[in-house]
Amino acid sequence: MAKITFITSDEQRITVEGFSGSVMALAVENGIKGIDGDCGGVCSCATCHVHVAPEDVTKTGEASEIETDMLELDDHADQYSRLSCQLQISEVLDGVVLRVAK
Amino acid sequence: MKKSEIPDPFAAQRSKCGYETIDDQNDPVTMLLRHKDVRKTAHNYKTFTSEAVPGRIVVPSEVNIRDTRQIPFEVDPPKHGAYRSVLEAWFKRPNNAGYQEALTTMVSSIIEEMLAKESLEVVNEFALPLQSRALTLLLNTPFKESETWISWGTHVFRSEGEALDADKANVLYDYIERELDRAIANPSDDLYSVLMQSDFDGRKLTKEEAKGVMVLTFAGGRDTVINAVTNAIAYFADHPKSLKRLRKEPEIITNAVEEMIRYFSPLTHMGRVVTEDTQVCEHAAKADSRVSLCWASANRDENVFENPDEIVLNRKINPHVGFGFSHHNCLGATHARQILRILLKELSEKIESIDILDLKENIEQWGRFQRKVGYHKISVKFNAITP
Ligand code: FES
Repeated sequence: MAKITFITSDEQRITVEGFSGSVMALAVENGIKGIDGDCGGVCSCATCHVHVAPEDVTKTGEASEIETDMLELDDHADQYSRLSCQLQISEVLDGVVLRVAK
Repeated sequence: MKKSEIPDPFAAQRSKCGYETIDDQNDPVTMLLRHKDVRKTAHNYKTFTSEAVPGRIVVPSEVNIRDTRQIPFEVDPPKHGAYRSVLEAWFKRPNNAGYQEALTTMVSSIIEEMLAKESLEVVNEFALPLQSRALTLLLNTPFKESETWISWGTHVFRSEGEALDADKANVLYDYIERELDRAIANPSDDLYSVLMQSDFDGRKLTKEEAKGVMVLTFAGGRDTVINAVTNAIAYFADHPKSLKRLRKEPEIITNAVEEMIRYFSPLTHMGRVVTEDTQVCEHAAKADSRVSLCWASANRDENVFENPDEIVLNRKINPHVGFGFSHHNCLGATHARQILRILLKELSEKIESIDILDLKENIEQWGRFQRKVGYHKISVKFNAITP
């Protein structure tokens, strides 16, 4: 189990619990504003973009090349950017804080 | 070769040099063929604009047949984003449960209709009616409007001879004009009325702007959806095991839809006008010339996709550009995705197999490239699952 906190663009802090699947799917299930997950998680739409809190990047790990290439062409991306469909829920992610990009 | 196969005519040129210049009514277009160049160029709206003379970014060019600027399609940021935010919520309605239920009823009933027939011609008897009926949901207009749209046939801008057809375009423009007048006189809760009441930039949207949105909604979602639906049926005819697989593993339907969009690439390419002398893929692009983003080629780029010429139903990482890329990605994508997801679900639950009886491929000619994009007609028989 992992507790994950989303901060939306209107500064709402929402903490939800997930067991498996992707962080994007968890966010969509919980109606987190700004995470649409249009492509269902295949790394094609970037509507699941989040900024990981700097102190949590060790937990989320490195993005793959395909994900990085995608983020490079996103105007709002920075070094903490991730596509949340590429983050798999596990104990490792417990406590992470993600700021929704949109 | 299987009948449903869609070959990639760009492969050799894509790996050899990455672009190809073709003529289009004396306004040549350099088609960009590599995934990386296509995405980079799509993203760089300052050097590669969509906000040229209306119709010029379309290939074949529509400058001679229309003056209405399609919105937000032919507008660049930041204005593009302002239009887009007016429209976003409406075009995301397909994510609502109620919308999906209504769409499921439509898809399910048209499949039932077709099951009762000895044979059916998919383009005209299935894909066109389905596309038109589904559009009544997107526009929130009465179901019976779909009959008018079906009567227009499969090409809103093009006649059978492929040539640009101003008369056909006028049918659509006149229709939209009338509907907007109606919405102004008697507002309802349809898209026309919502547009006419929308705030934009401290004022209301003008009728011309609303018209630009409506033309885009009609034209952009017609051939593309029809081809995607028809190609999906052809694919299942050749791959009955895939129907069975989706029945057993409905959780992969989302991935299957993205994969079909990649493989089918219902829109072959889309143009941009170069605003300053520049270079793309070692090609010198002159100011005021045209390039195009060849989604169909990018979607088969072997540097990005393993087994690019195969439909891998559960492909997990699939950065396809079938709905375009970056700012101008497809406004109707949410609607199109729902149509396809529901279609795959319903087909897998109702159909055992599909027999192809007869077909005529729809092959586009782009310079020396011939690209199959779908079918002019394809007659099939649906075989129901026997309990
Ligand atoms: S959901 Fe589409 S890229 Fe993550």
